[in-house]
Amino acid sequence: MSALPAVAARGLRHRFGDFSAVDGVDLTVSQSEVFGLLGPNGAGKTTLIRVLNTLLPLQEGSVHVLGHDVQREKMAVRRALGYVPQQLSVEAALTGRENVAWFARLFDVPRAERKRRVADALDSMGLADAADRLAATYSGGMIRRLELAQALINRPALLVLDEPTIGLDPVARDGVWQRVEEMRKTTGMTVLLTTHYMEEAEALCDRVALMHLGTIRATGAPDELCRELGPGATLEDVFRRHTGNTLDGAELGKGGLREVRRTRRTAGRVG
Amino acid sequence: MRSAALAGPRVASADGPAVWRRIPSRASTFCIVELQKLSHDRTELFTRAVQPILWLLIFGETFNRLHAIPTGDVPYLDFLAPGIIAQSGLFVAIFYGIQIIWERDAGVLTKLLVTPTPRSALILGKSFAAGIRALAQVVVVFVLALILGVGLTSNPLDMLGTLAVVMLGSAFFSCLSMTIAGIVLKRDRLMGIGQMITMPLFFASNALYPVAIMPSWLRVLARVNPLSYEVDALRGMLIGSPANLGLDFGVLVAAVALGITAASSLVDRLAR
Repeated sequence: MSALPAVAARGLRHRFGDFSAVDGVDLTVSQSEVFGLLGPNGAGKTTLIRVLNTLLPLQEGSVHVLGHDVQREKMAVRRALGYVPQQLSVEAALTGRENVAWFARLFDVPRAERKRRVADALDSMGLADAADRLAATYSGGMIRRLELAQALINRPALLVLDEPTIGLDPVARDGVWQRVEEMRKTTGMTVLLTTHYMEEAEALCDRVALMHLGTIRATGAPDELCRELGPGATLEDVFRRHTGNTLDGAELGKGGLREVRRTRRTAGRVG
Repeated sequence: MRSAALAGPRVASADGPAVWRRIPSRASTFCIVELQKLSHDRTELFTRAVQPILWLLIFGETFNRLHAIPTGDVPYLDFLAPGIIAQSGLFVAIFYGIQIIWERDAGVLTKLLVTPTPRSALILGKSFAAGIRALAQVVVVFVLALILGVGLTSNPLDMLGTLAVVMLGSAFFSCLSMTIAGIVLKRDRLMGIGQMITMPLFFASNALYPVAIMPSWLRVLARVNPLSYEVDALRGMLIGSPANLGLDFGVLVAAVALGITAASSLVDRLAR
């Protein structure tokens, strides 16, 4: 494992008016690990991700992605990243192949390599047979895999997934994770993801951070966190212990209207 | 599975190509994507062609017989055709901001903003993509005008110039639309504002009648309206009317530069 962290955030704060979305977060994600940010809607996960991927300006603190300052070296940070947002974000009026080729051009994949790299990316996501169909005809799971193909076209060192399996049925969810796991084993890239699903985090993440009301309440390997709480404890129990709340209960009360609407829209589109 | 094939050297260059290479590359990328979308669904080409066809067939033919608008030796239909070409580009471009709001809602804009694409290159690319959509309309209007007997140029240089002017005009109006999108942030508001400004932009220009017959207050508006310069250049190249092409191109290029600056400074607001 390289000494240079994939993500290093120190004293990160981000406010929207009077509301503190992220309130003094220190976070280190090592290279090649799968790191999960867990928490309900409104916990600050998406804001944290949007600061580190340069979508939101850095207001207070410092964030480095693979040694690049997110404030001063935005282009270098963007080149190092693959990003899949919470919404289903493919262009429905293009084919799968055209969608991936679009991002290959935007990431300056050399023309001589582009065709092969696009085909490889689609193939690696199990979409070779559907590559020339319009994305509008894809199922929710296929769209997520197409988004992964887009995100991987620049061979990112850090793959950022914001609620990648929200609204997917269990079979489609397994399909997405299987592809991510394969890619990670093959390429050694770091994966940073946010999720509501505790069982998914327990199964997939090397380490997790439990986030609540803009702060990180606990960080560690899922089995370590569970063991510290006692025999038979689950990650859900750990979350309740640190936040005094359940994920589901907190979700109902704390997610902003915009975030809840986005979540429901995504779930609706894949459902 | 070929995941191993994607496991090449990662992030070979943190900087990527120089900006002067990246900007035309991004502009052409967005134009290619627009052409691909058009190739999959051509219905918009036909539905959008209806309005300019009505303007030429009904308004143009009628006023051609009335001789109510003084256009010198030029038949009114010939005078009108370049104005309708500019208008069809305007109508395509002025609602282009809705597309960027849709892309925001669908998460596509968020992903685009995380690629190594300078904001100005993103807006330039999108505005040229709007120009591509407008050019498709221009071809339809051009063919109809020929069928109606309008004496349009057959000089290839003038035709190329026409395409360039329509691209510039549409790029400006799409930048205006994306700027408004970056301010109002909502589709419904942009629709309302788009509808509110489209007809004033059209009527306060030389598209339908010469500036010389306008009341003085309207002449002032026509002089600051980039559509007037677009129409002036189109008339000069398509039907050989006297035109100040240098000034027309200069104003359009400056308007596009201003539009790109304004829209790119506001595009991040859409992703927050």
